[in-house]
Amino acid sequence: MANDHGSHASPDHAHEHPTWKQYKWVALILTVITAFEVWAYYVPALVASPFFVPMLLIMSAAKFVIVVMFYMHLKYDNRLFKALFTGPLIIAMATLIGLLFLLATHKAEGGIG
Amino acid sequence: MAHTAAESHAPTHHYTTTGLDNRKVAIWMFIGSECMLFASLISTYLIYKGKNLVGPLPHEAWTNPQTGQVMPAILDIPVTSVSTFVLLMSSLSMVLALAAVENRGKPVPPGLGGRILSSSKLWLFMTCLMGAIFLGFQAYEFTSFVHEGLTIRRNLFGSSFFTLTGFHGAHVTAGVIWLGTLLAIDMKRGLQPKDAVWVDIAALYWHFVDVVWIAIFTLVYLIQ
Repeated sequence: MANDHGSHASPDHAHEHPTWKQYKWVALILTVITAFEVWAYYVPALVASPFFVPMLLIMSAAKFVIVVMFYMHLKYDNRLFKALFTGPLIIAMATLIGLLFLLATHKAEGGIG
Repeated sequence: MAHTAAESHAPTHHYTTTGLDNRKVAIWMFIGSECMLFASLISTYLIYKGKNLVGPLPHEAWTNPQTGQVMPAILDIPVTSVSTFVLLMSSLSMVLALAAVENRGKPVPPGLGGRILSSSKLWLFMTCLMGAIFLGFQAYEFTSFVHEGLTIRRNLFGSSFFTLTGFHGAHVTAGVIWLGTLLAIDMKRGLQPKDAVWVDIAALYWHFVDVVWIAIFTLVYLIQ
């Protein structure tokens, strides 16, 4: 039943959805990435490495994109929906990065960690 | 007359001049605004990270000034990893619920697998259950933190952590109630393909809650 997800009533639904097999693979990939992230947390050499944080951020971003593209069907959906999501997301990311550069570099006196 | 009766039973569409269903446009706009809400909460957490004057601390051991006792880092990564896995799997069951509703009335592949895949009730129930399990893990985590001395007023970590994860937990709670409502409708009259858009917007909300947790899990729990 999951191999023919394409027929819908409304125009914004007139697109192909992933199949059951694709959903299964997506879940497996998400699980593997999460397991790798947690494993990396317990490897002191990796944690001490300068690549640890970028690696975690890349893996997290990959999971984010996979869920949005396949489970939220944004890969198959109308371009307006993509714009409605990515526009605010870009603003949000820019705000986050801007605030971090502006405020996060100042350490409080006596801060302990 | 028959024509009028047929029209009254036809699915009601909410199209805009874009040709898109306005309910889907609305949920995507809502999700966009939620991105900015959670970005502000995550920013606050990251800005305050490492500026605590007293413990408990997320990733480092700390000495209690009253007792002189050395206390371990407060975050419990194994427990949170399990709850993260549960929430990720709830997204899988959610897409299967949506697929089951969209494909209702179509031939079901023979065998138990086909019947399981076409049961929207089962997948909606599983999604609600996994959402409730995630909330149970969060309640356990919050309770254990309070017992270890971390409250929302204790330090900057406590304030920003409870605000961020509390807001996320509130969103999961709303999602569980929403999906529970859809499950009740499905049990009562059966969700049909014409109702798929209602399940779709609930699914979009649920997956968004999931992607927010993906970010929180990495930024709060894993990055030290």
